[in-house]
This record gives sequence, structure tokens and C-alpha cells, in this order.
Amino acid sequence: MKGRPENLGPEVGAQPVVLEIEGLTHYFDSLRAVHDFSVTIKEGELVGLIGPNGAGKTTVFNLITGVYRPTAGDIRYNGAALVGLPSHEIIQMGIARTFQNIRLFANLTVLDNVLIAFHPHAGYGLLDSVLQSRRFREREKILVERSQELLAIFGLEDRQNDIAGSLPYGLQRRLEIARALATEPRLLLLDEPAAGMNPQEIDQLMELIHFIRDRFQLTIFLVEHRMRLVMNICEWITVMDFGEIIARGKPEEVRNDPQVIEAYLGRQAIR
Amino acid sequence: MLQRLRNSGVSFLLGSALVFIIIQVLISAGLLNPYWQGIIFWGAAITMVSLGLNLIYGFSGQFSLGQFGFYAIGAYTAADITYRWVRNDSSALVVVISGCVLALLFMVGVSAFLRRFYGVATLTKFLFNFLATVLGFFIAVRFINPVIGRSVYQALNALPSGVSQQIVFFFALIGGATLAGIVSYLFGIPVLELGSDYLGIATLGFTIIVKVLLDNTDTLLPFPEMKGARGMVGIPKWTIWPWVFVSFMAVVLVMRNILHSSTGRALLSIREDERAAELMGIDTASSKILAFVIGSVFAGLAGGIRAHDLAFLHPTMFGFLPSFNPLIIIVFGGLGSMTGTIITGFFWIILLEGILRLYLPEGFEAWRFVIYPLVLLGMMLLRPQGLMGKYEIAFLRRPLPPLRATKTAAEPVTEPRPAEGVAS
Repeated sequence: MKGRPENLGPEVGAQPVVLEIEGLTHYFDSLRAVHDFSVTIKEGELVGLIGPNGAGKTTVFNLITGVYRPTAGDIRYNGAALVGLPSHEIIQMGIARTFQNIRLFANLTVLDNVLIAFHPHAGYGLLDSVLQSRRFREREKILVERSQELLAIFGLEDRQNDIAGSLPYGLQRRLEIARALATEPRLLLLDEPAAGMNPQEIDQLMELIHFIRDRFQLTIFLVEHRMRLVMNICEWITVMDFGEIIARGKPEEVRNDPQVIEAYLGRQAIR
Repeated sequence: MLQRLRNSGVSFLLGSALVFIIIQVLISAGLLNPYWQGIIFWGAAITMVSLGLNLIYGFSGQFSLGQFGFYAIGAYTAADITYRWVRNDSSALVVVISGCVLALLFMVGVSAFLRRFYGVATLTKFLFNFLATVLGFFIAVRFINPVIGRSVYQALNALPSGVSQQIVFFFALIGGATLAGIVSYLFGIPVLELGSDYLGIATLGFTIIVKVLLDNTDTLLPFPEMKGARGMVGIPKWTIWPWVFVSFMAVVLVMRNILHSSTGRALLSIREDERAAELMGIDTASSKILAFVIGSVFAGLAGGIRAHDLAFLHPTMFGFLPSFNPLIIIVFGGLGSMTGTIITGFFWIILLEGILRLYLPEGFEAWRFVIYPLVLLGMMLLRPQGLMGKYEIAFLRRPLPPLRATKTAAEPVTEPRPAEGVAS
């Protein structure tokens, strides 16, 4: 992991901007979930978003992927506005995400889970499948091969015909990332990938995140609770509390920021 | 693998061919009286409706109670075409077919037009498509039928009567199925945005609307030949076993092939977790409408088959209570199992309308709605996943691709597992 201090300032850096969020605000009725959230992520960066429970981190992801429509603010991906687009179009533009509480298609096989994410790239129409045309058979073969390649990367190739819900927790987490990668993203949003993992599994996960970033040339934006993961792999970090950004900077800077310490430790002390 | 697939396909086709021949021989030899023929045809029709509902509910997770509405639309449309045809009137044939073609063309145009805008409101989309349909049928009635109606009639009558009859019947079935599909598309645009329970209520409402309209076809609608609540008589009895078999097999094969494709997987994913499916880049709204339309086309086709077997249509056949039959059948057979639906669909009609009606004393009719729920209750308690669960016979089962023979250059992140043997 190389530190890239130049990524922090908006004035420097040759990398093109991938994701630009400006003044993002979202209310659930009168509850303010996110307020004036701004962040700029450049290509190839690995950025963390941390904050105590209920700080609004997952809401930010939901706003980016079009699950909610923000009350105010702008989200631009490679210069194109995302606000108001349906989720599936945002995903097809090259943004993929995983979920905090795993949302696999639990009754389908491991391979199906990945194949489903390839659906927008299926390359054949309804008529091809009804007539079982050659195009259907060829594309289907390619889709299966590509899914199997992905599964192999995640060490799941032997489990391809198992029911996804029957996998152990750690493998389900891996499968979720594999499935997200099948949508062929450039920007990957990971929502608490380390939730429920032990330190050893977190080490493996860190390795995995680095590996997929290099292999798929991804920009990664991740929400996380576990300091061990965030502090070790993120190039820079944004900290949220009560829907607002309270700090941003490199891991060591954030770690020593008094506001961050208060947000985390202060609350824990009260508890 | 391929070998296995081919084998299951071959045995399935051989098995179906055998069923076709046996029943055809029984009919030709006069061993199967018209009553039992009717029961089998009826079973096929109900099974087709149920398969459509299973695609919508069992495989895509959208709870629809409206399938009998589409069944009715298909039945009355096809019946009207042939009814008029045997009375030397080709107008229904020309209007329905050309109207459907034009409406579909206009709808394609409307979708292409609306695709340029982001965030088109559902009602706008509905309105545009509705206008496209109305315009299509308006043109068909006012301009196409007066111009080509006569020549279509003469051209078809120039053929031998047996041939022209089969052609008209074919287009009557297609017309009924297509119209059911168009109506389901229009209805599905606004309604499929609703969640499961609300969708159920809305589609039940649709069945009731259709029933009420059918009760008043001669007063509210300009179709005196349908005779409203008195029932439509004088439909030619054209349904013969080959038509039933071909329609049924078409439904089974189309459904199987869709379910085995990427579209089918997308539908399954919507059933499993709609939000997650949407966030995997699947256009869930369009996929749900697609399943709804295909299921309704199946129902419309079944309607045409049923109408020309019974040669009589009455609105009560499509009323509130019978509209639950497909739902009971797919729950009984297993949600998400084509095999279960096919078995239960035939079993249902053969048992309840065939065996029990013949061998039970008079007055059983009144007890049926006591027995149905009791049987259903017992089923739900003893075997909630349905008779077949999710089991499929080999040909209908989605293939499990074999494990990979060789590893690619991709370095596994974890310690590589020992290579598995290649599955056959």
C-alpha cells in the first residue's frame, strides 16, 4: 500500500475524478440522515467512510446507487449526474455495491448468484432464449465460463452448485463481492465488508480487497466499522457523525483527530 | 453434460409424442367419449393458465389473481373471431389481428420515444401506451377493415374450407393471446409497481372488472353476439386434440426456455430479493412486466382453446371463485415447479370435474367449496412447499454447469484447493 498524499487536495493529482458528491442532503421525513456531504474520489483510490452507528454511512451508499433520491445535492459519476436515475441504470454505468447485511439470492446456487449479475451483459435477447438459438448457447457458455473464473478468484469454484444460503458466513461475504464484480464495475462500494469477521478473516479480506483492486482496476469506496481494516488499507478516510462530515484525511491524521475520538470514544464512554 | 441434456430432451419429446399418439388413438377409436375429451382439453387449458401464473407468482414472486381475466379476454376474443367467421363476417379477424399488430408497433414506438427521457412517471407511460393501443384499434376498425376485410374474406374462402378453418382458428388463438398480452401490459405498467399484497388486490379487481364487462357485453360494449349475462352460444367447436397438444407444448417449451435463460435467472432474483436484483443492474420493473405479459399470453391462449372446445362461454366461468383455481393449483403443485403445476393442473380437473362429478351423488356441487378449502388447509399443514416442492423432471430442470476442468492463470487469493474431478 502506497500512501498518496496528493489525492487529498482538489488542486493536484493527475487521476481523473470518478465520483464527485456535492452538498448531498437527505431527510427521512423530518429526520436528517445526511447533511451537506461532499466527497471527491479519483480513479484508483481506496477511500474509507467511517463513523459511529447511525451516522448515515449506508444512507450515502443508498443515495449513490439510487435506492433513495436525495433531498438535495449532486452526485456525478465520471461527470454524469446520477440523481434521479433508476438503480439498475446506475449499476450498469459501472458502479457496484455490496450490502451491510448480506443480501445474496439465498435459495439459488452460488453460480446463479454470479450469473444473475451478468444479466445486463448477457448479449442475447428473449427471442434467442425462446428459440435456443446458437447465439444463446454460445453466450450462455461464455457467461458460465466468466462466472466460474470469478468464482475461482474467490476460491468458490468448488461450491458453485451449492445453495448460496448454505455457505458459511465468510464465503457468503466473498460471494457478495464476486457477485458485485460480475456487474463489471469501475467503482466498487463495499458496505461493511468486515462485519462479523474475526481478525484473521479481516487480514484475508484486506488481501482480497487489494488483489481485486489491482486485478479489476477498481476504485473502491468502503464503509467500515472495524478500525483495523480501515486504518490499514484506506488511502484516506472521511469520518461522519450525525449525518455530517466531521473529519477527513489520511488514516493517521484521522486517528488522532479530537472530534473523531470524541465521536467514537465519547459515546462508548457514556455507554 | 451436453449428452445428459440431449438425453433428457429426447426422452421428454419421445414421452410427449407418446402421450399425443395414445390420446389421439383413443379419440380416433372412440374409446374416449366427448365428455372425457373435454375434461382433458379443459385440464390442458387450466394447466396453461396455471403455468402462466406460476411464471408470474412462483418464479417471479408477483402475486396475481388476475389470470382468469386474461383467460376470459383470450376466450371471448378468439370466440368472437370464429363466431363471426362462420357467419360470413371476417371483420373480427381483420380488426383483432391488424389492431394488435398496429398497437404493438405503436407501443414499440412509444417505448423508444419515452426512453429518451429519464424518470418518466408511471401514469405517463401508461397513458402513452394506452393511446397507442386505442389508436391502433381505431385505425384497424375505421381504415383497415373497410379496405381489406372483403379481400381477406375472399382470399380465405378461395381455399378449401378445412384449410381456411384451421387458418382462421390459428389466428383466432393468436389474436386472443395477443390481446390478452396487450391488456396485461397496459394493466401491468401501473399495477406492478405495487407490492405483493396490493398487487393481489388490484389484479383481483381486474378479474372482477372483466367479469362485469362480460356481463354487459351487449349493453355496455358493442358486442351483441356475446349476449352478455345470457352467455355466448354458437361458437364453432373447433378445438381438436392436435391444437390442444401443440398449444400446450408451446407454452411448456417457451416457459422452460425462458426460465433457463438469463431472463429467467433475473426473474428468480426478483423473487429472491427485488432490491438486491435492482442493485445488480437488473431492470426489475421491465422484467416483472415481461413475466406478467408472458403469463397472461399463456392464459389468453388457453382461453381460446377452452372456448372452442366448450362452444359456449358464460361470464360466471370467469367469475370470482373459479379465478382462484390456478392459484390453488400452483400452490398445490409447488410454487416454482413446472412439473408440479402440470401434474396438479390435470389432476385437479380430472378429479373434480371428471371423476367426482360422475361418481358422486347429485348435490355434490354445493359441497365442493367446503371440500376445496379443507384439502388446501390439510396440504398447507402437511406439505407447505406443495406436492412437488421445487422438483422438476430432468428436461425442465435448470442445468447445473459442470465444475471447471482446468484452472485459469488467475491466482486464487487463498490457498488453492485441491482440484476437483471433472463432473460428467
